[in-house]
Amino acid sequence: MSRDKKTPGIGRREMLLASAALLAFSKLGGLSSPAQATPADVAEAVKKLAGNAAVKPGKVTLDLPEIAENGATVPLKVSVESPMSDKDHVKAIHIFAEGNPRPTVLSVKIGPRAGKAEFSIRIRLAQTQNVQAVAVMNDGQAFGAKKEVKVTAGGC
Amino acid sequence: MSAAQVRVPAQAKKGEVIEIKTRVTHDMETGLRKDEKGKAIPRLMLKSFVCKYNGTPVFEADFDTSVSANPMMTFFTVATESGKLEFTWTDDNGVQIKEEASISVS
Repeated sequence: MSRDKKTPGIGRREMLLASAALLAFSKLGGLSSPAQATPADVAEAVKKLAGNAAVKPGKVTLDLPEIAENGATVPLKVSVESPMSDKDHVKAIHIFAEGNPRPTVLSVKIGPRAGKAEFSIRIRLAQTQNVQAVAVMNDGQAFGAKKEVKVTAGGC
Repeated sequence: MSAAQVRVPAQAKKGEVIEIKTRVTHDMETGLRKDEKGKAIPRLMLKSFVCKYNGTPVFEADFDTSVSANPMMTFFTVATESGKLEFTWTDDNGVQIKEEASISVS
């Protein structure tokens, strides 16, 4: 009665199968260390958040240090030229870091009540890369700016 | 000590654009880091922020992993009327950190 002698629970065969599955999973990125986003990931993130509008240059000013010694906390300031009236205002501002594991940094929703389309925050940058700001207007138009930051010590 | 600090002018003229500064103590753990044993440290981020002026949202933000620990933010709003500004940060587990400030508008 060999069946009765078999150890209950996970046998050798199942264990092998499970480890093979785990290996496949980790190769797909599930368990691997964070890779940087690909340009396609960034483009897709921009497209998703900018509502498919073509991002035009202008109107957006992105303030970042040229060289960031500590990538864990990089000051960022973004401002958008807009009267911020009921008829003409910035609806959202999105920030993307092209060389980070996850390209979207943050999305801000504002409106005429903001008075001024501007904010500052501190962000993490894993390596030297381009940071991108995209502003979406109430009429659906999108404007963007890009700036390269040289990172001495990455912080992700 | 509260985890959050906000700076709002105590007084403003009606229609004036005021600057608001906020800071909140939070590790903003990304879930991408590993401890010294090589085990992944679970993600715990603040995922959203909202500032309400007498109940109306005037500034909202959705954070992703690239926002620094202890997020500091500066933004603006129009002083419309006297009242209360409420600030709420929400983390991945739905836990909220709240702070408020009053303003008198003349």
